[in-house]
Amino acid sequence: MTRASQPAWRPAWQRRRPWWQWLVAAAAITYLFFALSAIEIDVARVQRGAERSMRLLSQFLQPDFASRWTAIRTGILESLLMTVVATVVGVVLAIPIALGAAANLTHPIIFNACRAVLTVLRSFPEVVIAIIFVVMMGFGAFAGLLTLIVATIAFIGKLLGEAIEEVEPAQIEAIRATGATWWQLVRYAVVPQIMPRFIGVSVYRFDINFRESTILGIVGAGGIGATLSTSVQRYDFDTSAAVLILIIGIVLVLEYVSGWVRARVQ
Amino acid sequence: MPLIESQESVSWTPSSFRQRLVRSLLLVVLLLVTAVSWVIVTQDTHWEFVRDAMYQGGRLVARMFPPDFAYFPRLVQPLIDTIHIATLGTLGATLIAIPVALGAARNTTPHRLVRALALFIIVASRSVHSLIWALVLVFVFGPGTFAGVVALTLRSVGFIGKLLYEAVEEVDRASIEAVEATGASRLQRIVYAIVPQTLPQFAGTVLFRWDINIRESTFLGLVGAGGIGMLLNVNINSLAFARVSLILVSILVLVLAAEWASQRARSAIR
Repeated sequence: MTRASQPAWRPAWQRRRPWWQWLVAAAAITYLFFALSAIEIDVARVQRGAERSMRLLSQFLQPDFASRWTAIRTGILESLLMTVVATVVGVVLAIPIALGAAANLTHPIIFNACRAVLTVLRSFPEVVIAIIFVVMMGFGAFAGLLTLIVATIAFIGKLLGEAIEEVEPAQIEAIRATGATWWQLVRYAVVPQIMPRFIGVSVYRFDINFRESTILGIVGAGGIGATLSTSVQRYDFDTSAAVLILIIGIVLVLEYVSGWVRARVQ
Repeated sequence: MPLIESQESVSWTPSSFRQRLVRSLLLVVLLLVTAVSWVIVTQDTHWEFVRDAMYQGGRLVARMFPPDFAYFPRLVQPLIDTIHIATLGTLGATLIAIPVALGAARNTTPHRLVRALALFIIVASRSVHSLIWALVLVFVFGPGTFAGVVALTLRSVGFIGKLLYEAVEEVDRASIEAVEATGASRLQRIVYAIVPQTLPQFAGTVLFRWDINIRESTFLGLVGAGGIGMLLNVNINSLAFARVSLILVSILVLVLAAEWASQRARSAIR
């Protein structure tokens, strides 16, 4: 036995490392140094900010729901309604694109076109899309609604397309062997298999859409964001705190509900 | 078709009548709610503006082309700042998320109250959008990249913390018990039983969040928190759409490159 010649066991961080790991570590540290030196920190400003943040914190601990209640209620309601409409419309519009973005159901040309559109749409943050819509049609909830619809299509299209691609090929073969048309193939081989994922992803997107709807108002695209942004700019931090608490509460409820739905369908 | 025809032929359907009834009812309710919501949301919409949007959009696109490539040198520093904000924000969040996750995981938390506090931090951080964090922090720290870094830090703590504490809770009981049986302290238990099992997933989570943070750091500038978003805002406000299109293209390239890099790194870890 060669037990005596075996080196003692050492935890991972005490073992010898290949040379390139040191190189990566050195590069990371160098980068970090440059990144940190690029961040301008105005010490005097931060000190003033520290005072402000104390005031901010004390006001946050005493949220004021009452004095701007009408604006808060309208904003929250608008955010919620935008979320409902955008999710339903977006999901419906995403279905054909998802079918097109599944390699096992479509022609490569359509597949690549759909995938390219989805990738580009997904790369732009919601706020940036919202700005463009606001420039196109002016302020208001409709610009925000379109933004959320576009973002929903991009999200559902990608995830649903991937879900369709992971469908068991045996069932597709079986249905195809009966001489089924393309529609029948989708109806009897694909739909039953992806339904749980579809519902799960849609409910998840509902959750995300509400979170996104809370910021669209900052660029003038409707929802609670406008109220929040105004209250911060007026230093009405007690109102901001009330809005934030409501947002956190609603997100919690939505997350719980969406978790429950996803657990039930899967 | 080889079907046997008979008087009382039983036709097969994928679901029972009751199932279909329930589904149809749910669908009708959903559509009704959507329709009502649509009416309420759009009651203040100026439809003439919406009808005009395609025309405006066409003019917008026309003014975007050709992109003002001569402007690109001015974009380089803000783009680098954007990457810095994302990286430092992810790093800051990682440092905070580790103790928060250890406090939130059932098998490592020192006390129930600590667990409740850690879960609250995770929920609060995740529910508030990074643009809102940035909005508040710009008022605290002043405009600039620092506010952006802190905003992404506060936002990412919840994400990294949640995924990490779930990974910690899934750690194999047996290996924790084995380490415990040697008389290991609480810290040694974490270092020798939990770290080795969660490290790959943890690194994957951090890289994934970095990818998301690149995307988010592109718009933090809209409220003054540094990065490329500041230029986007300035140029949209001054209607310089040839520059806007250049900025949009550079955001697209940056986001796609970050996604590619993060995916490569994540698949290398696995």
